[in-house]
Amino acid sequence: MGSGSSPCASCRLLRRRCAKGCIFAPYFPSDDPHKFAIVHKVFGASNVSKMLQELPIHQRGDAVSSLVYEANARMRDPVYGCVGAISFLQNQVSELQMQLAVAQAETLCFQMQQDPVALPTQIDQHQHQHHHQHQDHDQKSLLLSNSDFNSIPHQYFSSFASPSNVIQDPLKRESLWT
Amino acid sequence: MISDRCAACKYLRRRCPSDCIFSSYFPPNNPQRFASVHRIYGASNVSKMLQVLPDHLRAKAVEILCYEAKCRIQDSVYGCVKTIFQLHQEIHNAKCQLAKTRVEIALTNSRRGGGGQENQVNQMQEVQSNLNFFPDQTHVEATQFGSSSKAPWFS
Repeated sequence: MGSGSSPCASCRLLRRRCAKGCIFAPYFPSDDPHKFAIVHKVFGASNVSKMLQELPIHQRGDAVSSLVYEANARMRDPVYGCVGAISFLQNQVSELQMQLAVAQAETLCFQMQQDPVALPTQIDQHQHQHHHQHQDHDQKSLLLSNSDFNSIPHQYFSSFASPSNVIQDPLKRESLWT
Repeated sequence: MISDRCAACKYLRRRCPSDCIFSSYFPPNNPQRFASVHRIYGASNVSKMLQVLPDHLRAKAVEILCYEAKCRIQDSVYGCVKTIFQLHQEIHNAKCQLAKTRVEIALTNSRRGGGGQENQVNQMQEVQSNLNFFPDQTHVEATQFGSSSKAPWFS
């Protein structure tokens, strides 16, 4: 790791001497050459070096992990990369929200059936409002947190049935496309 | 003509040939777009990526590269991967909430005594399966990242 023993994976690939303060050495050990190879292929060693240099040391590990993740996604799907995974997960969230809405509606039906003859008095209205607000809050807490994801322009997903869709995500261990 | 150079060739200060691979996707009226992509991926890598793609997919690939580059510039540690993690967390929360609601439904049904003994057995089995639900997929992704610098949503 830059100490004169074996060069790190980066310096090995770049065929250069692995200096003592090599910026790549802590994150690209020599026993995993593939990791640096794909990052280098997608981002380039020079760009990765600049990115790491701009970050404090305690954040570099996570930065490298996210770069590796992105590079893997890009290698698996050269057109959609990470955005493909985002789209798939968004669909999952939407489906779960639908199922949750159905289940919550069923719960509400049961509650209404338990008290079918109660006419809405002012007190009952107040209680219903509190109950619905509580449920709405639960629903909103799911929906609001998705508002950030709505910032991904929809045109990225409009023609999603591309030939490059057939991929497996080894990190997630399940196929992204059903 | 020099004035017809695409944004990429203008940025790279070179002549823009008639078969320039960038010209269709980086028009000269939006220089920032290429600058972002070049900063993250490098012109050479983008060119190689585009060359292996069929023509009809290149525009989409460039759009998404621009988006990912923008995300990486805005968040130099996590880039667009942060969104993926948030979505995983969202799915985990939704599954937990759904399992909880289904348990409530099954318990309500069994208390009401609906459908006879066989139905009650089925409902209790459903309750049990929902109680045994431990979605742990987000943990798989979380462990890939350093424990010394956990992102806020990991806590």
